Order: sequence, then C-alpha cells, then structure tokens
Amino acid sequence: MKAFADLFQAIDQSTKTSVKVTALTDYFRTASDDDKLWTIALFSGRRPKRAVTTTQLREWASEVADVPLWLLEESYSIVGDLAETIALILPPPHTRSNLSLTQWIAFLVELATLEPEQRKGRILQAWSQLEPTERFLFNKLLTGGFRIGVSQKLMTRALAKAVDQDEATIVHRLMGGWTPKTVTFQSLILDDDPTADLSRPYPFYLAYQLETEPEELGQQENWQAEWKWDGIRGQLVLRGGQHHLWSRGEELITDRFPEMARSLDFLPDGTVIDGEVVAWDGAQPMGFNKLQQRIGRKTVPKKLLKDAPAILLAYDLLEHNGQDLRDAPLRQRRAALEALIAPLPDDAPVRLSPALHFNHWQSLTDQRATARDHKAEGLMLKNLDAPYLAGRKKGDWWKWKLDPLTIDAVMIYAQQGHGRRANLFTDFTFAVRNGDDLVPFTKAYSGLTDAEFRKITQWVRKNTIQRFGPVRQVTPHHVFEIAFEGIQKSPRHKSGVALRFPRMSRWRHDKPMSEANTLDDLNAMLETYG
Amino acid sequence: MNGALIFTEKGIYCPAGDFYIDPWRPVDRALITHGHADHARSGHQRYLATHQALPVMHHRLGDIQSQGIAYGERLKIGDATVSLHPAGHIPGSAQIRVEVGGEIWVVSGDYKVTDDGLSEPFEPVKCHSFVTESTFGLPVFTWPSQAEVAKDLNQWWADCVADGKTAILGAYSLGKAQRLMKMLDPSIGPIMTHTAVEATNAILRAQGYALPDTIAVTQDFDAKAHKGGIVIAPPAALGSNWAKKFGPVSSGFASGWMRLRGIRRRRAADRGFVISDHADWTGLLSEIKNTGAENIYVTHGYTDIFTQHLNNIGYKAQVVPTEFGDTDQDSEDAA
Repeated sequence: MKAFADLFQAIDQSTKTSVKVTALTDYFRTASDDDKLWTIALFSGRRPKRAVTTTQLREWASEVADVPLWLLEESYSIVGDLAETIALILPPPHTRSNLSLTQWIAFLVELATLEPEQRKGRILQAWSQLEPTERFLFNKLLTGGFRIGVSQKLMTRALAKAVDQDEATIVHRLMGGWTPKTVTFQSLILDDDPTADLSRPYPFYLAYQLETEPEELGQQENWQAEWKWDGIRGQLVLRGGQHHLWSRGEELITDRFPEMARSLDFLPDGTVIDGEVVAWDGAQPMGFNKLQQRIGRKTVPKKLLKDAPAILLAYDLLEHNGQDLRDAPLRQRRAALEALIAPLPDDAPVRLSPALHFNHWQSLTDQRATARDHKAEGLMLKNLDAPYLAGRKKGDWWKWKLDPLTIDAVMIYAQQGHGRRANLFTDFTFAVRNGDDLVPFTKAYSGLTDAEFRKITQWVRKNTIQRFGPVRQVTPHHVFEIAFEGIQKSPRHKSGVALRFPRMSRWRHDKPMSEANTLDDLNAMLETYG
Repeated sequence: MNGALIFTEKGIYCPAGDFYIDPWRPVDRALITHGHADHARSGHQRYLATHQALPVMHHRLGDIQSQGIAYGERLKIGDATVSLHPAGHIPGSAQIRVEVGGEIWVVSGDYKVTDDGLSEPFEPVKCHSFVTESTFGLPVFTWPSQAEVAKDLNQWWADCVADGKTAILGAYSLGKAQRLMKMLDPSIGPIMTHTAVEATNAILRAQGYALPDTIAVTQDFDAKAHKGGIVIAPPAALGSNWAKKFGPVSSGFASGWMRLRGIRRRRAADRGFVISDHADWTGLLSEIKNTGAENIYVTHGYTDIFTQHLNNIGYKAQVVPTEFGDTDQDSEDAA
C-alpha cells in the first residue's frame, strides 16, 4: 500500500499535469502487474464490492476515536469526505503494515465472507496499522467512490507512455465491462486483441462550447447542424446477437432502457451507434425531468415504460458490418447511418436525429433561436470532413447552446461549503420579491470566483440574522443574477417552480434589492418557457 | 453574577475598569492580546499590550498612544485588576486576565498550547469564565509534532534544491513566518524573505528574539546569486508577478487548514504543511479543562459545533459573535 500511497501523495500534492503524469508513469513502470491492474481499475471507476456499510464505519470510528457520532457527522459535513474524516479523527497507528495494494484488496474481498462482528475486528486492526494517507485510501476502498483527482485521461496518458503504446489504443482497451477478476494486465493492456470483449464501446467524442460566431467556422456547406438534445449521451453496441447500451460516463445502462432490446430486430449485427437517449412522446422529446424518472431505476415498472418511453436519437455510426468506421469522414458515416435508420418504422427504438437544412449561417442562427420549441438546448455543429475522435477535442465538433435564462434574485440564506470550500460560505438560497415578502425559489452553489466567495463569506459572518443549525439567515441585501437552462412547475417547491442547472452568473453590485425580479416575473417565465 | 466582562457591539467590555479587549470599533481604552490585524485595530485612543507586542503594533498602527506591561504584572484599572499571560500564539501574544470583586475572567485571544520555540510558551490561567477561540474546534484538526513537520519541510526544500527549483513558502508575515525560519535547516541553503516579512524580522530581532540569518528580497535582488534557497513570503505573493524573479519554483503553504485535503487543493500550492499558531482540538479541550472555568464563551471558528460539544460534556458554554478572524485578506487560510 505504501507505493500506492506515495503515488497518491505525489499526484495529490501537485497541481501540475506534467508532475502527475510522471508520477503515474513511474508507478506503471515499477509496480507489480496485479497492483498496476488494480490501479487502472480504481482510476477508471472500478472497485471492490462494498463489505461494510458507511453507517457501520461511522459507528466504529466514533468508538475508536472517542468522538461522539453527531460530532463525527458535523465534521464530515465540513470535510466533505467520509473516508478522510475517519482517517483524520482516528488515533495514530500502533504498528505498520507491509501489505501491497492487491493484498489489501484481497483483504476486503475476504472481509465480505466474514460474520459482521469479525468484520469490525478486522477493520479496527487495519486502521491501527496504517498511516493517515494509507488509512484515507483504505477507507476510500471501503466506501466505494474512488475519485481522487486523477482523471482517466491522465491515467491513460501515463499508461500509454509506460507501455509505449498509442494513447487512443489504450483508451479503447480500457472501455467496456472488464474487472480485475476477468482480465489480467497482460490481456487487458498488452495482448493483441482489442475486440475480445463484444460489449466494448468506443470512446465518446465530446464537443466544446462555441465561443465565436459560426461564420468564423468558414464555409457553411462543410458543416452539419443538428439539434442539441437534452437527454443522456448513449452508445448502442450490437454485436454477437446481443445489445449493450453505454452512457457517456461508461456506465452500462442496458437494463434501464429495455426498449433497446428491439433494436436487434431492426439493425444488423456489427453496428455501433452514437446518439442521445431521450423520453419520447411520439413526435418529440419530453422534458428532461421525464427522462430523469428513468435514469435512477435499475428495473423499470410497466407504468413508467408507458409514461416515459425512451428512444435513441441516432447521430453517428461508429461501426458498420463489424468495421470500425471512425476514421471515415462524417459525410460518409452519416450517409451510412441514414441508409440504416431511415427505412425503420416509426415504432423502432432508434430514430434519426435530423440534420438541419441551411443555406447560410444566418438561417442557422434563426433556427437556433427556435431550439426550445424543438425541446432542444441549442445546436451541434460538426465538420463533415472530420473523423470521429476520442475524448474532448477542439476544432471539428462544437456545441452552440442557447444563452441561459436569467433572473435577478436576492440572497436570503447561506451555508458553508465542504471539501474544497470547507471554510467559505458557498451554498446560497435565493428569493424573488412578492410585495413586501421574499419567496425563496432556488439554491445555487457555483459561478462565483474564489475571491468573490471570500468576500461574501466575510459579509455573511457580519450580517447573520439567525442561525438554523448550519444555515444562516442573512440580511436581504445582495442581488445576484441567476442563470438557468430551464424552468418547470414543481409542487414540491414553495415557489411552485423548479429550475434546471441554476448558478450565479453575476453578482449585481449595481442593483439594489428593490430592483430584483418578482414572483410575477418568475411565473411569466414559467408561462413562456415551462 | 458574571458581570466582570460583557459583550457589546464594539467588543468585549469591562464596566468596572471602563476598557475593552481587542475591540473592533474605536474606543477610549483598548487592551490588546496580540498584534494581528483582527485583534489590534486602529483608531483607539489608548492601547495596552505586553512590552513584547508593542513594537510590532507601533510598526503596523503608526503613532498610537500606548502603555506596555510585563507578563504577569498586575495593574489596577478602575475597580478591575488586570494581568497579561503568555498565549503561545505569536511573539508577545497574551491572554488577558480580569478580576473584579473576586470574579475572574480570562480572554484567550488566539492561543496555542504547544511550545513553538519562538513565542513565549503558553501558561494556563485559572478562572471562572473563559473566553476562547475555536478556529480549529473540530476533532479532525489535530496537529502533528513540530519536529515531524520540520523534517518534511526540510526534505521538501532539499528536494527543490536537487531539482534546481527555488522553494517558496507562503506564511503570515507576523509569527508564522518567523516560526518557520526557526524550523528550517540553514545548512541546506540561504533563507530569503519578502520585505513585508523582513520588516517584522527586523523589529523582532531588535527586541532580542533570536532568528536565523535572512536575505531580504529587495528591488535590486539577484535571484541567480542565491540558488538553492528558500523564500518566505506572505500568501498573496505566491503565484504573483513578484514570485517570477525566482525562476522555476515549488510552492508550499503552511497552515492548520492544510490538514484538510479540500483546502490544500483550493490553495493549489505544490505542498501543504500542517503548521498552525492556533490550538488544535486536543489543545482547546485540554486548556479549557486546565482553566477550571465553568462558563465558556466561544468567539470565532467552528463556534456552534464546539459550543454544543462543550455543553454536552458539562460546561456552560455559549457562542459570542465577534469580528475576530475575518478581516485580513492576507490571513485567508493562513491560520
């Protein structure tokens, strides 16, 4: 574990990408194959099964550290990470352990086979043998989520360097449903058969937001425009008579969308389609909240299947007749996609995401303005001569979203953040005016700079009217512009509305409270955009 | 009962002696615990502080009317008897003991229980009512020993030298900066200081505090002539234009907040060292116990949580809103 802890520390202590990549590359050159495989697994979101609940961990840590449970919880809410909180409150270790990362993971796997009372004994013993950093990592392994500031991209780059392979090849090899149990380092990274896994998806190509005018992209006839749908990016893989649906986060979501099973009836084997999963009313997408009801469900009740049926709006073809099509230009991939999808009946679970017709950029600008009518967030612009790249790359794909909706609101409650923002006030509740009243309607956490957060923190400390536990009611005074992507009726909220992606877009020092927007303004927006 | 000190809009007030302790609004007579900007503010008519604290206060506040007092010396002010006792926070820092008609209060200011080798070591003072800070009043804040951190600090510096980088360490210019200098191993290389730090060094040296040799980074400073050195500067100077003159650097930041990974990451320094001039969780609790006080007033930091804990373990504790701990931009995360 020490080598892994040293790697973590080297990565965590530096803000420089080059330092992180060097540390990772060195590790991948020197660690054992088993440790390397587990490191890859952990940094790509794979982890051992959870053997204890976080409730148990809290209780045991509280007992060992002699810190009452409520105080541990309060500390956790400030630290923002349970694994770290526990690592910090425990007394220093008595002895040192020399187990490797793989051995500690074996320890966790064995833990799952023991009686609950024995599990406790084992964990307390482990805690007493690990240094704080090792203890933090051990707790991370115990509690699941292993997000520690190494992007998969960085890990992939280092790994490619260490084994002297192309980065895109490594990215592709790491996709799919493998676990350290089903593969070895040799078979996953070094052996010469990347199609061994039939379910393996291709890395997604991701677009940047267009910051300039579209005219600067050059000749309009070299570009394809589509609606930018507000759903979940998905990749449908049809191989070996089976279908797999992957989300952009590389999560297998096949079971959540049983509708896709019928795609096998319509499409040939050896087909991989990139598209957007949306809830579909027969003519256009339903609101994102409809789809949201589906996302959380691992099994889908019949009623929900009927209320929010899902389809895949197809926009790219990555594999055709078992051939990787990604190096072909978009015009060729698109033609093949249209030939496949256009003949399908209306009730097929895959439909074509239409390419918009436009003769000049101005016509596209006009169409973009109607995106909300088409239940879209804006437009996607794609270079017709470009191949399908891996990851977020500039140049060939652009998202051209609508400007967000905005409203000027008054800050009325503030709460301290956690984790990176532990000693700052960062979580705020905002209200609109209604006569002499203030009606809270949204919370927002992001959008201000660190300097602005520091400034508002000092102000909150001096202008607290009342405390409700961690929440402070402050003097209504400051006006913020709140930007958001959509607005919907919501009986669960006091104001009757729910916003999508609310954030603080501007601190309106120039506006007194009397000029903040009103509940009537908010309802008018609901009327127009809801 | 308990009228020896009261909490007012201007600060902590003693009616029997007609004076304030670390007031945040201008008053006639102010007793000051230490020279940091959130405790020693400008605009008061008269100041009283330890002899050791006054020179820096004069430097920072200009021409003030002041009176010095020795640690432990008793002074009658009106009907109150006042004495100042080492708080271990920074050189010259004091807790202020106020006795009125047999009732004893102690205002801690900021304090640190462990000896840092520079500040006058903390002395516990018995009292009935204790006014404490709680900057780090959570059980996740426990400090490693100074010797342990010194080892890490010097190892980092030596690694920087080996990599051909200049180590640059952000620290509050009064107290923390000098404490760090004393922790450094001068055999590794020269210690350089930002002029804000060096100004404080000069004052403390003149008072007789022993500090290692330093080289001030002035206008005509030639960084190439001092390779392998370490620079101590206020946190705001890290990553600024000023820091560019040193060429490739590795940045470090020394504060109790570095105990938390999230804040280390927000600070975005290359290294975070857990060194605080405030008491940690263990220090706060042991000191509160040592005072023998029954009534505890908690001024700044994680006040709500800390107060609740004190009440649960048998004290009569309450939160007192103050304006300590939040005035100085430079001290952001530097505690």
